[in-house]
Amino acid sequence: MIELAEIHRDFLVGDQVVHALDDVTMTIESGEYVSIMGPSGSGKSTLLNLLGLLDRPTSGVYCLNGQDVTSLSDIEQAQVRNREIGFVFQMFHLVPRLTAAENVELPLILAGMLPERRKTKVADVLEDLGLADRSHHKPDQLSGGQRQRVAIARATVTEPRVLLADEPTGNLDHKSGTDVIRILEQLNERGITLIMVTHDPEMGQRARRQLRMIDGRLHSDVLNSDHVHHGNEAS
Amino acid sequence: MFITVMKLHSPDIAWFSWGALRGYPTRTWLMLTAMAIGVSAVVVLTSLGEGARLYVMDRFASLGTNLIIVFPGRSETAGINPTTMMGETPRDLTLNDALALTRSYKVRRIAPINVGSADVSYLSRSREVVVLGTTHEMLAIRHWELAQGKFLPAIDLDRASPVTVIGSKIRDELFGAERALGKWIRIGDSRFRVIGVMGSKGRSIGVDVQETIMIPIASAQQIFNTSSVFRILVEAKTREAIEPVKQFIIDTLQERHQGKKDVTVITQDAVLQTFDRILGALTYAVGGIAAISLAVAGILIMNVMLVAVSQRTAEIGLLKALGASPRQIIMLILAEAFMLSSLGAIVGFLLGQLGSWSIRYAFPDLPAYAPAWAIVIALAVAVITGLLFSLMPARRAARLDPVLALSGR
Repeated sequence: MIELAEIHRDFLVGDQVVHALDDVTMTIESGEYVSIMGPSGSGKSTLLNLLGLLDRPTSGVYCLNGQDVTSLSDIEQAQVRNREIGFVFQMFHLVPRLTAAENVELPLILAGMLPERRKTKVADVLEDLGLADRSHHKPDQLSGGQRQRVAIARATVTEPRVLLADEPTGNLDHKSGTDVIRILEQLNERGITLIMVTHDPEMGQRARRQLRMIDGRLHSDVLNSDHVHHGNEAS
Repeated sequence: MFITVMKLHSPDIAWFSWGALRGYPTRTWLMLTAMAIGVSAVVVLTSLGEGARLYVMDRFASLGTNLIIVFPGRSETAGINPTTMMGETPRDLTLNDALALTRSYKVRRIAPINVGSADVSYLSRSREVVVLGTTHEMLAIRHWELAQGKFLPAIDLDRASPVTVIGSKIRDELFGAERALGKWIRIGDSRFRVIGVMGSKGRSIGVDVQETIMIPIASAQQIFNTSSVFRILVEAKTREAIEPVKQFIIDTLQERHQGKKDVTVITQDAVLQTFDRILGALTYAVGGIAAISLAVAGILIMNVMLVAVSQRTAEIGLLKALGASPRQIIMLILAEAFMLSSLGAIVGFLLGQLGSWSIRYAFPDLPAYAPAWAIVIALAVAVITGLLFSLMPARRAARLDPVLALSGR
């Protein structure tokens, strides 16, 4: 469960203070499917980075699973990122010299897991995402949709409770974009909290809960009860 | 809630860093080459310096150990003085002077010598040769070796004897394939029987033993019609005895020469030590200069590592997003630098050994082996500079803002 209380994030641009996040307070329950939309510069990416502990708020408190993570040291935050949070980026961010399997293995290596356990976990996740036959390919031998699936495998191999996706379909054609969204939604149905930033209304409206940001503030917070494929509220 | 220490396993670090090195071959080769050049320069240059030092030392040592050389005249009184105007020459050394020098228990052995040139002939073959008049002791004093036969017999200094020991080159020229031992040759107007042939060892500064011919000193005095002695070689029993023996020689000869200090006594030790110091310092200096190239390599590593960090900004940002701690990032970058500099050092060491081998191959007389201290220092300096100069880029990588890094700006 994610709790944000009076979060501010200010940037200094030249001698002007820009309020990228201006007094954001909200709660996201475990297993929710949330989309964050809004015009560019509205602070949605800043919010996502903050949720992923890639950035620290200027003021305010962020509690993840009941623990105040804003006061943690860099090393402790790194551990939280490693175990609790998965990232999916618009640009995939695969390491080009490593194979698909090795890319997926990276977070487990950083966690200090032993090779035998890593290999089985990686194989399971790749199998699950239909990439078993692609596991020894380098990223440049994969299509865009396959790359993003590898990235999703990497984000979920540590079994995090939160999956953060920043424009996950932004670099994909419509068909593979829809594929990727379906995969993310399936993961959400299995219980992972899915938070997705997008400027694409079609994608955004698939989420059960839709946040709209404008000028660093939470402008609207809509629950869309029509969506039935999201069946896992109880947690 | 779940704070336990995350630890990278060293095989994983090695795997990741090795992959990074292979992923950027140009950079890797550049740095390897820089390191290798630095290390091999140190190895080759110090081996050259050390080789030169050993060469010179060896040449001097082959003159003899604990050696003191006495010759007539005072070398200090150079220039024009009344005696030079009157044409007076210093008093000659005699065989009795030489004998007097044996009367100290600190003297191990002495060898007076006379040198001249004479026509030497066997049957119809003849040539002009350096003739060395000396004694039985000469062989031990100069550490010479015989190839065949015996050296000059141990007889009284003033006793002439018609025997000779010839250099191997002279033997080849006079006798060809014929057996030389026991044959009679003519030196000047006298006949001598060949009793020995010198071995190949014994090329010392000044005289090439292979091209000389040796006879007892009394015989040499007869041939050259003189009663004087050219030099007296004195071997002290120990290194510490050299100074007292030198004083003893000066005192004895002064007494025998009516109170005149008219001989010059030099010790080989003093010359040797001076050369040793000069050449030793030279080796250090050359090694130091080469070490500068290592430092340059270190700075190159720093620059290239900085470029590497900015090239791989996105990758480092990603590692952070995946949960790499700043310390893990530093470890990965340093592991990369360590691998690079150790590999470069090893390649440089091998190149350097190859280089000094080629020097030895081209100049067999020069024992061009890099001294152990130089190798150890070169390798250590290479690895340490590699790590040290990578610390800054590694820190910079660890401090990278992951948000900016991932946005690719």
